[in-house]
Amino acid sequence: MKKDSKPSLAARREFLAKLGRAATCTGAVVGAAGALGVMQNVAAKTEAKSEGSSFPTKDYDWTKHQWAFGVDATKCIGCLRCVEACKRENNVMQDAHHFRTWVERYVYLEGEENARIDSQQDPVNIEASGSEKVFRFANRYKDAKVEKAFFVPKLCNHCTNPPCVQVCPVGACYRTKDGVVLIDDDYCIGCRYCVQACPYGARFFDEERNVSDKCTWCYHRITKGLQPACVEICPVGARVFGDRMDKESPISLFIRNNRVQVLKPETGNAPNVFYVGIDKEVN
Amino acid sequence: MEPILQLAPYTGWVYPNETVFEWSVLIAVYPYITGLVAGAFTVSSLYQVFGFQRLKPVAHLALLTSLSFMIFVPTPLLLHLGQPQRAFEATITPHLTSAMAMFGFFASFYVALLIIEGWFANRPFIVEQAQKRTDLLGKFYRLLTLGSYDVSEHAMRFDRKWIFALAVIGIPAAHGLHGYVGFMYGSVKAREWWSSDLMAVIFLFSAIISGVSLLAVLYVVSCKLRKIPVDLGCLKGLAYTIWAFIMVALVLEGLEFANIVYKGREGVDMIIQYVTGPLLIPYFILQFAIGAVTPLLWLSYMIWRGTTGKALVVGVTVCACLVLFSVFMMRWNVVIGGQEISKTGKGLLSYHLPFFGKEGALVAFLLTVAPLGLLYVLTRLFPPWEHEATSSSALHAG
Repeated sequence: MKKDSKPSLAARREFLAKLGRAATCTGAVVGAAGALGVMQNVAAKTEAKSEGSSFPTKDYDWTKHQWAFGVDATKCIGCLRCVEACKRENNVMQDAHHFRTWVERYVYLEGEENARIDSQQDPVNIEASGSEKVFRFANRYKDAKVEKAFFVPKLCNHCTNPPCVQVCPVGACYRTKDGVVLIDDDYCIGCRYCVQACPYGARFFDEERNVSDKCTWCYHRITKGLQPACVEICPVGARVFGDRMDKESPISLFIRNNRVQVLKPETGNAPNVFYVGIDKEVN
Repeated sequence: MEPILQLAPYTGWVYPNETVFEWSVLIAVYPYITGLVAGAFTVSSLYQVFGFQRLKPVAHLALLTSLSFMIFVPTPLLLHLGQPQRAFEATITPHLTSAMAMFGFFASFYVALLIIEGWFANRPFIVEQAQKRTDLLGKFYRLLTLGSYDVSEHAMRFDRKWIFALAVIGIPAAHGLHGYVGFMYGSVKAREWWSSDLMAVIFLFSAIISGVSLLAVLYVVSCKLRKIPVDLGCLKGLAYTIWAFIMVALVLEGLEFANIVYKGREGVDMIIQYVTGPLLIPYFILQFAIGAVTPLLWLSYMIWRGTTGKALVVGVTVCACLVLFSVFMMRWNVVIGGQEISKTGKGLLSYHLPFFGKEGALVAFLLTVAPLGLLYVLTRLFPPWEHEATSSSALHAG
């Protein structure tokens, strides 16, 4: 009996050893593949877009659009209607420290190398407007010799590789199929990592609702065929919005007919707000 | 009633949304505590795994210290969250691309490891108390035995094997956890002051010196409290460890700073203006001169002269306190400093620390010292200096 069992034991051992080796190899392959998969997922460039074909209503198919924004800084007159319209449309906190969009003023004075830059939240401008709810640029350079001056509207760049989406620990921040970066208010834990990660200062923390907030390109409007509030109110057409899938849309024409640039391209974020007429100091 | 916003005064040009400081002092306390955990565990491992016999008197204390601080690691984060009730979403439905999402897993794994290792290390004491005591505490110890009363040499050998294995796993776990905290800052490309490949390693080495220093202070204080003489060999061992790692930490930080200045990328002018202005005292004077270079020179002197006795005890304790302070300043200068440099590269903000409030100095201080309270309780329940049964070197167990 014992004699008989020895070869069978040896065979069993050999089989188990083979099985072990096979399992190890399979494990290594699966592990390597898994590691590759994780690396691909973690890399900013391959950020997975949200799934689902129809959102947010059955009349709107987010696979049929690719939204983008244009800013013609040569047209902006710094009236700040856009800032006020945005605050009202989106219930943004009514103070001078929370903005979904803002306008920057660049002024080169005679004999000065660098531009003097301010925005509507600057205490001098707030004093001129007399309130943190209405915004004006103070005429602070009226006695100075201005060599060159221009305004630059700013907003979330809705990047193709958004660092804010990359760092969100719960996935509350996501990029829609139609190219808009949104925040799920019911899911945001309020860690503010996204605020830190945005190189453009486009995000802020809403202390009233205790979640992060930023421009949505008025997603509630654009999915109904309307323009974002800031675009609609701009009296000079400095802000352009549209669908890049439509070759004749205002944004497609804007990008096609101008030499456009984006902000901080070296970050690799691939912004989707395209600028015309900005200067070296704008970032 | 405190205002909900702490608005930051600024100079130059900053983005409008930057005038609110989003990461407060609590986010500086968080890596500080995590670092102490990793550093304390280093001491435990030096004895358990690498057989540094002279660190034996603090080996168990190191484990308890690590556990006490680790339990408090999530508290500054929870206090800072806008929606703390949703904190577990990061663990239940983690977003895998986020450097923050894995924290819950790493932290839980490490807490579990510490508890299991602590259990094995204290098992003879637990069994002894369970058999001896008849009061309520006896019940507690009986519960902790998990039904195993076997403290024979065979069982102890088995335990030591586990302690050794857990200590080995604990080394990458503790240092991975803290290196990962460094990565959370180093991977933020939006901030020039943070965005560095060296950040994780810098965090790691500063963590080690802070943890070892904490152990040195705790050991001396515990000896005074227990009215027993300080084991000078052990203290010297801790001093050597601080001395060795502080040099690496200093070199790394120097390299990091040299990189920023030498590469001179966009915005470097503002960084230079910042470090030679508002950061001059917290960075060069407090963190480096007083907190790092002074203890390095003092320790070098003591090692060179072969200082011993009371002078050694006082010297090492003061140096350790300075290092603890230096590492806190390092966390402060990274977390707060990084936000004081505007993302525009053309302006500076200044953070004002409120004393009261959820994210004030008082809460930050209490959170930093609270683990010491827990440590006190744990040392009463599981005295790290009495049980001889498991303290024979684990070296032979491996």
